Amino acid sequence: MPKAAVLLINFNATSLIPIIEKKLYQNFNLQMHQFIPNIDLTEIYSEVRDQYYSTKLLEYSLKYYNDYDKILSLTDFDLFVPVLTFVFGEAQLNGKAAVVSAHRLYPEFYGLPQNEELFLSRLIKEINHELGHTYGLRHCQNFECVMHSSSNVDEIDIKSENFCDRCKEKII
Amino acid sequence: MNNSDVKILIVDDEQIVRDSLTHWFEEDGYQVSSAADAFDVLYNLEPGKYDIMLVDIKMPKMSGLELLEKVKEIDPECIVIIITAYASVPSAVQALKNGAFDYVTKPIDPDELSHLIKNAIKQKSLKKENIAMKTSIDEMFSFEGLIGESPEMKKVFELIKIVAPQDTTVMIRGESGTGKELIARAIHMNSPRRYYPIIPVNCGAFTETLLESELFGHEKGAFTGAQYRRKGKIEMANGGTLFLDEVGSVSPKMQVELLRVLETKQFTRVGGNEIVKVDFRLISATNENLEKLVEEGKFREDLYYRLNVFTIYVPPLRERRSDIPILANYFVQKFARQMNKPPLKISDEAMEILLNHHWPGNVRELENAIERAMVVGKPPEIKPSDLPFLIEKNNITISDSLEAVEKNHIQKVLNKYEWNISKAAAALEIDRVTLYNKIKKYGLKKN
Repeated sequence: MPKAAVLLINFNATSLIPIIEKKLYQNFNLQMHQFIPNIDLTEIYSEVRDQYYSTKLLEYSLKYYNDYDKILSLTDFDLFVPVLTFVFGEAQLNGKAAVVSAHRLYPEFYGLPQNEELFLSRLIKEINHELGHTYGLRHCQNFECVMHSSSNVDEIDIKSENFCDRCKEKII
Repeated sequence: MNNSDVKILIVDDEQIVRDSLTHWFEEDGYQVSSAADAFDVLYNLEPGKYDIMLVDIKMPKMSGLELLEKVKEIDPECIVIIITAYASVPSAVQALKNGAFDYVTKPIDPDELSHLIKNAIKQKSLKKENIAMKTSIDEMFSFEGLIGESPEMKKVFELIKIVAPQDTTVMIRGESGTGKELIARAIHMNSPRRYYPIIPVNCGAFTETLLESELFGHEKGAFTGAQYRRKGKIEMANGGTLFLDEVGSVSPKMQVELLRVLETKQFTRVGGNEIVKVDFRLISATNENLEKLVEEGKFREDLYYRLNVFTIYVPPLRERRSDIPILANYFVQKFARQMNKPPLKISDEAMEILLNHHWPGNVRELENAIERAMVVGKPPEIKPSDLPFLIEKNNITISDSLEAVEKNHIQKVLNKYEWNISKAAAALEIDRVTLYNKIKKYGLKKN
């Protein structure tokens, strides 16, 4: 069975890890190996933006966990790429590494009351979405498919956590 | 447009920006390429190479603004989005004035970028659809329904081609049923106004007050029953062409109103005060002798000169008999399609009758005759008995006397050879002098 390294980088929702493990197995047939890496992130931190550079984070994960078939980094840090104000996550298209930021998935970020169910739903969708890219999937036109592009949290809420048949076929 | 059909080029001197955007767009399935400076882009740019360009405004060697100008010269359809920093917003505004689609400030909000690209694609698709539709309109309607290979009709086509691109007022003259409206439509469809409507008004079909309301529209409450404000035909023709058929039947009062709107290109709706400005081309048509009406004081001379700027005379069908077989077969095909039945062949005897008929109702009469023949005719061909006018004539008019038969036969042969005496005499197997005598005897006249 292919192995996935799941790196928890300042990720606080650890109670959800068993669910994530189950989803990785169900959706991608991945066996999860959990790590809390001790890496220095100062170089990828932008003081001006108070955000972390997601592409560099992917590079770090690849450097230290390249033995795994897939590497998924989960973090509560807010992520960016230089040209965009933020990203929910980033992945290597048809590669190994993916990163998901939970920062903007918490309802509290938008001044709303805590809602664990909603947060979990968003997190699973983003994990499926970014890992989907590592399997070579591009954004899907089917608005219910988890590979549908979402540039704000409302768009994440609209789509389902599942892959449409065409996308699922490519993962298998 | 599918995402995979959309070609995006990112032009930015910063590698990191190029890579991030390339990665972002690749995930959406677009065809993405990038260039580090403007010269790389211009080196082999050609129309249609890229659908959308994202151009950084600040670049060494050549600025994004300069690049925008040059791109628009080479490929005006390419959508250019300017990427700028907050400090350069005034320059970005300048870019918009120079033809940029929009601008985004760095760092770009993903949601904004996503919408911007979607809007750009929508615009590009609409433009492509528009071009395709215009092409198909041009192909479909250029000379729709206007058929004829006779020298007379070729002359009409020539005149249409000459006058259509100008904005000149045109008057079409000809007998009823010669296809004056088709000619008006052909002029409109070959003019720069073709993407706007052509509004036909049959002036002879309305009373004076109704025609006034029909042409100028009316305000709510202008008269009993005017429950709503209604646009008139003139207003509806704004940007396009107004076609006034049977213009000779317009009343003196309406002639004054019409003249005013033609001179000022503005009018007020019936019962209203608001001045409505309009821009339209006027084509009129008549089968009346307008000159005589002017002489008799029934038609205003000034309006006559306003309308009669460029005249096209449509010959009656009997003056272009060589077009009859082409027209007849065209109508057979048309009605076969409409009636969903196989087209019938026109038998030689039936064609002979069609060629010799006087056609007082012109092409419209021929069209009706063929429609009837297609209804009653049995495959494989249309026979003389399927033609309506033959039945009427057989029953009513043709006498059995030898003189009547001879007169009728000579008239037919003369018509067939378009009054070429030598050819008609040869066909009748008599000499030309005898033929002249017969013409004189029976009082035969060229139609």
